[in-house]
Amino acid sequence: MNLGPHADFIIAAYAVTVFVVAALVAWVILDYSTQRRILGDLEVRGVTRRSQRKDDR
Amino acid sequence: MAVIDLANPTRFLTLVNRVLPWLAAATVLLFAFGLARAMNAPDDYQQGATVKIMFLHVPAAWLSMMGWGLMSVAALGTLVWRHPLADVAGKAAAPIGAAFTFICLVTGSLWGRPTWGTYWVWDARLTSVLVLFLLYLGVLALYWTAEDPGRGSRAAAVLTLVGAVNIPIIKFSVDWWNTLHQPASLIRMGGSAVDPTILWPLLIMAGAFTLLFFTLHLAAMRNEILRRRVRGMRIIQAQEVRA
Repeated sequence: MNLGPHADFIIAAYAVTVFVVAALVAWVILDYSTQRRILGDLEVRGVTRRSQRKDDR
Repeated sequence: MAVIDLANPTRFLTLVNRVLPWLAAATVLLFAFGLARAMNAPDDYQQGATVKIMFLHVPAAWLSMMGWGLMSVAALGTLVWRHPLADVAGKAAAPIGAAFTFICLVTGSLWGRPTWGTYWVWDARLTSVLVLFLLYLGVLALYWTAEDPGRGSRAAAVLTLVGAVNIPIIKFSVDWWNTLHQPASLIRMGGSAVDPTILWPLLIMAGAFTLLFFTLHLAAMRNEILRRRVRGMRIIQAQEVRA
């Protein structure tokens, strides 16, 4: 594939897009595992949500 | 399951956990297909190979506006019906919309240098998209810095609805003012002005980017619901310690 005399601009545009999309994907995955871990820690300590308490009654 | 049942965060989480893997797989497949078509698309007779930047720039521009549209609907849900899931949807969409607006600005700039001879001009289209990016940052600042999340959400919702005025300005800026940016060439009276050999890869890439947006948005909404559960449980924990 020949990208012509402006190949640098095309490659830079794709590189920036890949970087930003990868950052978004990493953000949602890491945030999910962080929130799951904190919720797990709280549940181990016996902390329950109000709605769970209503269910228990 | 009725649509109204999805307004319950627990039911919504169940649905997201079921749908997300399929949506992610469809996104990857459509990107693979779209990129293969985009890389094999012919060069433009005037712009040469730089037209390949369009396959990123145009979908990112579309998503920057769609993201704000989605946030505007969510803002109505927050302010009028005060539904927590509407606020979750708005807050989750803001960083994703900001990221796609950033991609739109950078790829547009990189496309502009070889095409127009400049990275940037203060014309109506470019400036109104920059304003949209700044509005996204403003909404994020309100969400992330407010001490009281409820007040932050309402302030962000008001800013979102005020900022919605900018969306038609972006769309019609190329018609209302003399700009360096080309006029509408996809959605216009008389049909698309783009050759089918370039139009089809562009539409497939736009579909792939849209699927990516919704995949990320649903994942971010799931995270935000979990974050609010963590916050609620920490408040309960603090109350129990105090008692």
